[in-house]
Amino acid sequence: MAVLLDTLSWILLLAGSALLIIGGIGLIRFPDFYSRVQAAGLTDTLCSICILLGLMLQAGSITLAGKILFALLFLLFTGPTAAHALAKTAHFDRLEAWKSGDGGASSKR
Amino acid sequence: MFRYALSLTLILVVIWLLLSGMWTHPIILPLGAASVILTVWIAFRLEIIDRDTDPLRLMIPSLRYWPWLLGQIVRANLQVASRIIRGQDSLSPRITAVKSTQKSDLGRSIFANSITLTPGTVTIRVRDDDILYYALNEDLIRELDEGEMDRRVTRLEQQL
Repeated sequence: MAVLLDTLSWILLLAGSALLIIGGIGLIRFPDFYSRVQAAGLTDTLCSICILLGLMLQAGSITLAGKILFALLFLLFTGPTAAHALAKTAHFDRLEAWKSGDGGASSKR
Repeated sequence: MFRYALSLTLILVVIWLLLSGMWTHPIILPLGAASVILTVWIAFRLEIIDRDTDPLRLMIPSLRYWPWLLGQIVRANLQVASRIIRGQDSLSPRITAVKSTQKSDLGRSIFANSITLTPGTVTIRVRDDDILYYALNEDLIRELDEGEMDRRVTRLEQQL
């Protein structure tokens, strides 16, 4: 049982870490502000879900696992709010989205 | 009104017990009770206790929506991750709008938040039943236009 839990939490933690790194690469690689928000969304959602679930399996007590679950829920509620606030501000500031024909990276206008 | 205050109290008690972990301490426990009562009283004075903010009413119907949304989040994450690896040639971003069929502000905000929560799309503006959003790719727009998420949120709204 302990081995099973350890294996499962290893898989979750490694998957979360991989997503975190990919999200970080996307943050640099994507061409403009809006698309970078999407790359950051990767680390906001599945990455934190994986890592926190992996940690919950290692918590060892219901109260500690419950606290981690609360942290996850708060992240899932506040993440979209922050992403929306950023995108809305950029849109109202008339920042135009990068289009597929635009060539190289540029979000400075 | 009384019902909503009661359900808020219940939720706060459960959260407090979970976070403190001291279920029998003779000093800490009354302090916890006092802080719960104070919080409910402040919420009451602020007049923010109503149907839309009743946590229990939201939670139980949401339990059926969240697993589906979680599946969508996993799928969207893998798609965005593969686009990051393939680079910017795989992107065809657009800002566009989708119609929402929810009747209430609460339903619309659940829909708009669900759009933002799935990577690849982010809600920019909600005006009446028009939801303006940014999408990383044409596929994502097609998917939202098919309207499965909209239908599910509307069904959730009717159960609230």
